[in-house]
Amino acid sequence: MAPLLKVENLRIELATRAGVAPVIDNLNLELAHGESISFVGESGCGKSMTALAIMGLLPEGIGRVASGSIQFDGEELTTASPRRLRQIRGNEISMIFQEPMTSLNPVYTVGEQIAEVLRAHQGLGQKAAWAQAIELLDAVQIPNPKSRVEAYPFQMSGGQRQRVMIAIALACTPKILIADEPTTALDVTVQAQIFDLLRDLRAQTGTSIIMITHDMGAVAEMSERMIVMYAGRKAEEGPVDQVITHARHPYTSGLISCVPHIMANLTEERHDLTEVPGIVPGLSEFGQDLCLFAPRCPRASDKCLSARPPDVPFGSARSSACWHAEDL
Amino acid sequence: MNALRVTTTRIFYAVLLLLAVLVLNFTMMHLAPGDVADTIAQSMGGADEETMAQIRADYGLDKPFIVQLGSYLGRVIRFDLGYSFYYNQPVTSLILQRLPATLLLVFTAQLFAMIVGVVLGVISARRPNGILSHFVTFISLFGYSAPVFWTGILLLIAFSLKIQWFPVAGMRDVTLEGGFWVQTLDIIRHMVLPTITLGSIFLALYSRLSRASMMETLGSDYVRTAKAKGLTEREVVYKHALKNALSPVITLAGLQFSAVISGAVLVETVFAWPGLGTLAFQSILARDTPTILGILFFSALMVIVGNLLTDFVLRLVDPRLKGRA
Ligand SMILES: Nc1ncnc2c1ncn2[C@@H]1O[C@H](COP(=O)(O)OP(=O)(O)OP(=O)(O)O)[C@@H](O)[C@H]1O
Ligand code: SF4
Ligand SMILES: [Mg+2]
Repeated sequence: MAPLLKVENLRIELATRAGVAPVIDNLNLELAHGESISFVGESGCGKSMTALAIMGLLPEGIGRVASGSIQFDGEELTTASPRRLRQIRGNEISMIFQEPMTSLNPVYTVGEQIAEVLRAHQGLGQKAAWAQAIELLDAVQIPNPKSRVEAYPFQMSGGQRQRVMIAIALACTPKILIADEPTTALDVTVQAQIFDLLRDLRAQTGTSIIMITHDMGAVAEMSERMIVMYAGRKAEEGPVDQVITHARHPYTSGLISCVPHIMANLTEERHDLTEVPGIVPGLSEFGQDLCLFAPRCPRASDKCLSARPPDVPFGSARSSACWHAEDL
Repeated sequence: MNALRVTTTRIFYAVLLLLAVLVLNFTMMHLAPGDVADTIAQSMGGADEETMAQIRADYGLDKPFIVQLGSYLGRVIRFDLGYSFYYNQPVTSLILQRLPATLLLVFTAQLFAMIVGVVLGVISARRPNGILSHFVTFISLFGYSAPVFWTGILLLIAFSLKIQWFPVAGMRDVTLEGGFWVQTLDIIRHMVLPTITLGSIFLALYSRLSRASMMETLGSDYVRTAKAKGLTEREVVYKHALKNALSPVITLAGLQFSAVISGAVLVETVFAWPGLGTLAFQSILARDTPTILGILFFSALMVIVGNLLTDFVLRLVDPRLKGRA
C-alpha cells in the first residue's frame, strides 16, 4: 500500500538577516496509514519547520520549500493551489501546537473556535456545529462540556486549552494529526493526561500521528517508529524499540544515554532529552558538506569533516546518516 | 452582577472627575482678572464704583470664594449654568442649542477617522512593503504634522472655492426649501469638509496604530491556528486578526476624545460651524465667563461620556475585560 505521506528530498530555506539557510536539508520520510511516528532532536533542529512545511504554513516571506516533494495520499502538496491546501488543512491534516496558552483566539468562545472548523469543512450549520462542538469537548474529556462550550480561553487552564486544541484538530477526523510538542508547556501530571488522551483518541479514530517531542517516554509510548533529527537533517530512523536498544548514530546514543530506563515506568516518570555536551549549530552553519554533528561527536574522524554522510539503510526499516554507523 | 458593580464604580469615578473639573474651572476663572461686573459695566458704557459694588453684591461676587464656589456647584447640579449677558439668555439653553452641531461633527469625525484609519491600517499591514503601506506612512506623517486650520483652509480653497463641490461655511442653507431628506442632504454636504479636516489628525493616528496592531496579531499563534484550520484568508484576517487588533485602536480613540473636542474648536471656527467651538471662541473674545464655564463643563462631560462609551465598546470587543475594573 502506498504511504499516506511521503516526503522526498525536501529542502526548506529560510531567509534570515545573515542570508538564506537550509533549515531542512534533503529530508526523506514516509508515514503509513494509521501509523504513528515521532520526531526527536534538540531545540532548533527543524522539527517544527518540517511540520509547518507539511501543513503549507511556513512563515510567510521567510520560509519556502526550495526543492523536493511532499505527497499526501499521492497528491503533491508543494505545488497545490492555496484553495486545495485550505481544503486539506484542518480537515485531512491537522496540527496542534507547542503553545496552548496562545494558540486559541482570546476573543472567541472555545465552542465557536471548534464549531467554525466544522462549518468550514463539514458543511454543518450553526446549530449542528455547536452541538458537535459540545460532543468534541466531551470526547477530549472536558467536564461539563455543555457549559464549558461557552467559556473563553482565558477561563481555562493550559491543559484544558490543549484539550480544546485537540478537539479542534480532530473535529473533522483527519487522516494525519501533527502534534508539535503538545505537552512542553504543561505540568507533568497534565502531560501524562494529554498523552493518554491522544493515545485513546488514536485507538478510536485510527488517525496517523506525527509526534514531535522531547519526551522519550512519550516516544516509546505513542509511536512505532522514530526519526532523530539534527541540524535540519535526519540522523537516524527506525522502529522505536530497535533504535532505543541499539542506536546507529552517535547523536541518538547521546540522547538516549541521558535518559535511564526509558522503557520502564512509561506513564509516571517522564524523562527529557537532557544535554549531550555542546550545542546545536546556528542556522547559518546548516547546509555544509560535512557531518554537522562532528564538533560534538566522540567518534568524529577526518572523513566526517570532508563530506556529508548519506542515509545508510540497515535492514528494511532503519537508516542512519553516519560514516561510522556500521561500527556502532 | 459583577458587570453592574463595575459600571457603577465607573460612573462614580466619572462624577468625581466632573466635580474636580468644575472646581478647577471655577477657580481658574475666579483667579483671572476681570469679572461679570466689568462686562456689565462695559455694556452699560462704564459705571462708577458704587454701581460696580452694587452689581457685585447683586451677583454674589462680594461673597468669599468658597461660598461662591458652593453656590456655583449647587446651581450646576440643577443644570443652571448661569446667565449670559453677552447673548442675553441662560447659558444652558445657549449651549444646548449649539451642542447638537458639535456632537454631530465630533462623532462623525471620530467615526470617519476610525473606519478609514482601520481599513488603511489593515490593508497596509497585509502588504507591509506595498504602495499603500507607504501611502499610509505618508498621510500619517502629513495628517499628524499639518495644523488643523491649515488643512481646513486648504480644503476650503480647493473644494469650495476652486472646485465648487461643497459649501464654504455653516451647517445648512437657510434659504433651501424641501422636506427632511433635502435638509439632511444639505447638512451632509456642509459636513464633508469639516469632518475630513477634523478627522485627518486622528485618521493618521488610527491608521498607524491599527497597522502596527494588525501586524502583531497577524503574526500571532492564534492566527496560525486559524490558518491551520483551513479557514479562508478573509476569515483569518477579519475574524481572527482584526477583532484582536481593534482593542488598542478603541482605547486610543477613547483617549483622543478631549483632543477631538479641542480640535473641533479650531475646525468650527474655520468653517463657521455653529457649534460649541465657535461659541467658545466668541465667548472668550467677549469675556463671557458664565458661557465659558458652561462650555468647559460640557466639554468635560463629553470627554467623560466618550470615555465611558469607549470602555463599553471595549468590553464588547474583548471578553477578557468583562467584569473587570
Ligand atoms: N520565523 C523564523 N525566522 C527565522 N528563523 C527561524 C524562524 N523560525 C524558526 N527559525 C529557525 O529555524 C531553526 C529550526 O527551527 P524549528 O522551530 O523547526 O526547531 P525545532 O526543532 O522545532 O525546535 P524546538 O524544539 O525548540 O521547537 C532554528 O534555528 C530557528 O532559529
Ligand atoms: S559522521 Fe562522524 S561526526 Fe558525524 S555522527 Fe558519524 S561519526 Fe560522528
Ligand atoms: Mg518546535
